[in-house]
Amino acid sequence: MSADTDLTTGPLEYRSHEGRMNILGFWIFIGAEVALFSTLFATYAVMFGRTGDSPVPAELFELPMVLIMTFLLLTSSFTCGIAIHEMRRGSLKGLLTWLAITLVLGLGFLGFEIYEFVHYIHEGASLQSSAFWSGFFLLTGTHGLHVLLGISWATLLIVQLRQRGLTPVTSRKMFIVGLYWHFLDVIWIFIFTSVYLIGMVV
Amino acid sequence: MENFINFLVDDFFVTGEPLIYGAMVSMALVSIAIVFVLTYFKKWGYLWREWLTTVDHKKIGIMYIIAAIAMLFRGGVDGLMMRIQLTLPGMEFLDSQHYNEVFTTHGTIMIIFMAMPFLIGLMNYIIPLQIGARDVAFPFLNAVSFWSFAFGALLFNISFVIGGSPDAGWTNYAPMAGENLNPGPSQNYYLMGLQVAGIGTLATGINFLVTILKMRAPGMKMMRLPIFTWSSLITSIIIVFAFPILTVALALMTVDRIFGSHFFTLTGEGMPMMWANLFWLWGHPEVYIVILPAFGIFSEVISTFARKQLFGYKAMVISMVIIAGLSFVVWVHHFFTMGSGAAVNSFFSVTTMLIAVPTGVKIFNWLGTMYKGRIRFDTPMLWSLAFIPCFVIGGVTGVMLAMAAADYQYHNTYFLVAHFHYVLIAGTVFGCFAGLTFWYPKMFGHKMNEKLGKISFWFFMIGFNVCFLPMYFLGFAGMPRRTYTIEPEWMPLSVTASVGAALMAIGFAVFVYNIYYSFRYSPRETQGDAWDGRALEWATTTPVPYYNFATVPKIEGPEAYWIMKSKGETTYDKEKVEPIHMPSDSGIPFIMMAFMFVGSFGLVWEWIWMAIAGLIGVLVCMFIRSFDYDDGFHVSVEEIKETEEKARGGEK
Ligand code: HEM
Ligand SMILES: [Cu+2]
Repeated sequence: MSADTDLTTGPLEYRSHEGRMNILGFWIFIGAEVALFSTLFATYAVMFGRTGDSPVPAELFELPMVLIMTFLLLTSSFTCGIAIHEMRRGSLKGLLTWLAITLVLGLGFLGFEIYEFVHYIHEGASLQSSAFWSGFFLLTGTHGLHVLLGISWATLLIVQLRQRGLTPVTSRKMFIVGLYWHFLDVIWIFIFTSVYLIGMVV
Repeated sequence: MENFINFLVDDFFVTGEPLIYGAMVSMALVSIAIVFVLTYFKKWGYLWREWLTTVDHKKIGIMYIIAAIAMLFRGGVDGLMMRIQLTLPGMEFLDSQHYNEVFTTHGTIMIIFMAMPFLIGLMNYIIPLQIGARDVAFPFLNAVSFWSFAFGALLFNISFVIGGSPDAGWTNYAPMAGENLNPGPSQNYYLMGLQVAGIGTLATGINFLVTILKMRAPGMKMMRLPIFTWSSLITSIIIVFAFPILTVALALMTVDRIFGSHFFTLTGEGMPMMWANLFWLWGHPEVYIVILPAFGIFSEVISTFARKQLFGYKAMVISMVIIAGLSFVVWVHHFFTMGSGAAVNSFFSVTTMLIAVPTGVKIFNWLGTMYKGRIRFDTPMLWSLAFIPCFVIGGVTGVMLAMAAADYQYHNTYFLVAHFHYVLIAGTVFGCFAGLTFWYPKMFGHKMNEKLGKISFWFFMIGFNVCFLPMYFLGFAGMPRRTYTIEPEWMPLSVTASVGAALMAIGFAVFVYNIYYSFRYSPRETQGDAWDGRALEWATTTPVPYYNFATVPKIEGPEAYWIMKSKGETTYDKEKVEPIHMPSDSGIPFIMMAFMFVGSFGLVWEWIWMAIAGLIGVLVCMFIRSFDYDDGFHVSVEEIKETEEKARGGEK
């Protein structure tokens, strides 16, 4: 059957049957991740306003910092797209360069997020303060952990790409990391609007 | 030192309960016996090479089933203990605390560690054979799934000797299950045990989905899939969307308990009711996860033994899709009495009743399949025949419970207990037994003894009705669920129920004995098609070679094997044999999940250093795996020919 056979044309990552299966599997995994984050968003929404005697979000959220974080992550998604584009062109060097830039931007995002968390805790809003802040930290923290995982995973991939070059396997792995990275970006857009923007005005 | 000993005696080990001392002794003896046997017969290497590191879907399936039967035993003993305590008023067999622990572990084990793994085991073995594949899409991940289930189950099960069993019901409602009302490790066992096993279930869902979508034999269109595979496909979709909800719910409560957040607490403006919502948002789809594959099994069995094509295949598929969709929008029916208001309750009342429609369609399909069939009454068919009326009773009482206003009467009574056992036992457990006896010859090369099979069936089936039918009336009489001692007026029905439970226990014992007896005495299968089967799994030889199909047949319609038989085709076409690519075994899944176990055990006891150590172990395993570019091996044409010729013994 044609679906089983290995192709000789088309993007490297889609050429082998195994590659196609892995990518489909990862799409389904992203479906599961959507369910996971939806649950976290729903919990956050339910806990909204339940701040007890801890500070309310409007007192703490600061637009400039969140904008910088958003800018970093969105740009990293863009550079990640360029990295995949370089991969498709067959340029290992281009891929590695843009991937490295992506990771630096991701690290920048994480740095700001950690700074933000520490700052809030100083102001008396921590995981233990109230239901609202529990929801906040778990939602954003889970996203942050995903970003950390993505960075570590991509770092391992850089090593493998340098060892083996562009093969159907390495390019498939790279493509999947790319999907993951864009997905985290999408989640952040929801966090940005439904947590920060709404939290600042309500 | 003295502190440490005090800790061991006071907190770590559960002490002061004769029953539990007995359990400890027997566990120790069994463990020693296993170690002794393995060492004496020099089987450690065999165990490691052939089982612990295997990625073969058939062996993984068998391990799932063995573990599930062990869990059925454990959960069944819990059930019997409850029945003993409830037989007569004023019994002092279990005190209230111990009773709470027993119904909690009973419910949790039966659903999470018995029903699901049993079905997933059958799915593992059968799906690739039914679609003409040589393994699942991700064999390594499949092994990870199995070991995550096994270690999750182990973690949950050790709670009753180490640290104490959870006692807040299988629903684990907050605030009962929270840190304030329930300090100590026992609730953490529930949270971590389910969390570890849940990861594996999610992975299984993804795995089967890709397998069924991408690995079908040429010509096996979606509407030609055997119905069991269809039911598994839909189950997998439910798993993928339901299990992340459980993951989050468990994580939130774990963070509440261990790190002091306020999701479900009474302080800090937390919302205990949120737990009930999240739990059932997963929990209701979960009950369909354990019933749809059983429906699939019954369909296969009924069509095989009625010797007719399944009636209304398309209607079957569509109704399963509808059930899957509806299963996500009914969850509030588990807590109508929590006070969500008339509008909300009405909505969920209606959606719940709607589920009865596609389910009813399926019942008529089964009846239609049998209509004018020449029915054979072998054991798998008996289980399937008994399923239909019993499940209808369970379903109709389910619709009664769905009526929100009326539910104020039944809620939390034995009426409910009777209802869900009627669907879970008559549906899932009968289905597992039917499936196991049906596919047993394919798995083990011999049938289960028919006579013992029938004895066990009649004991179990009659016992089941004697045990649970009275509970409906106990419910009407006002007996609350989760109560550890009964009022005198409930005694007659209670005694009846306990007699039924004893009959079921005998049925189960005969079933297990039958496994041994058949292993010793049943005639061996000489060819692959034990029951005059219709779907593709019967086209393989018995025992199934590890590569499943020497040559993958071209599928020309539904009931692939039926067509092949009429044309005299087999899964071995000498001319077309090519080297077959197979995945390599790996020890990483086992080791990785062992680390996961260690880390989770650390979290249970809130020993953060141990949790971190376990986590590091898991990460290192993932790291090693990431750099592992081993892409399997090829089975040579000579080896395939030799195997096939031997298995088919001159057949061709
Ligand atoms: C082997 C025969 C069985 C017996 C004698 C039995 C007995 C019982 C009894 C007496 C209770 C009521 C506890 C109470 O409310 O006080 C109970 C609860 C329960 N059973 Fe069974 N049961 C059996 C099999 C099963 C099976 C096969 C399943 C699932 C597949 C199951 C799932 C449950 C669940 C989920 C609960 C609710 C636990 C809770 O309240 O948290 N049972 N069982
Ligand atoms: Cu339900």
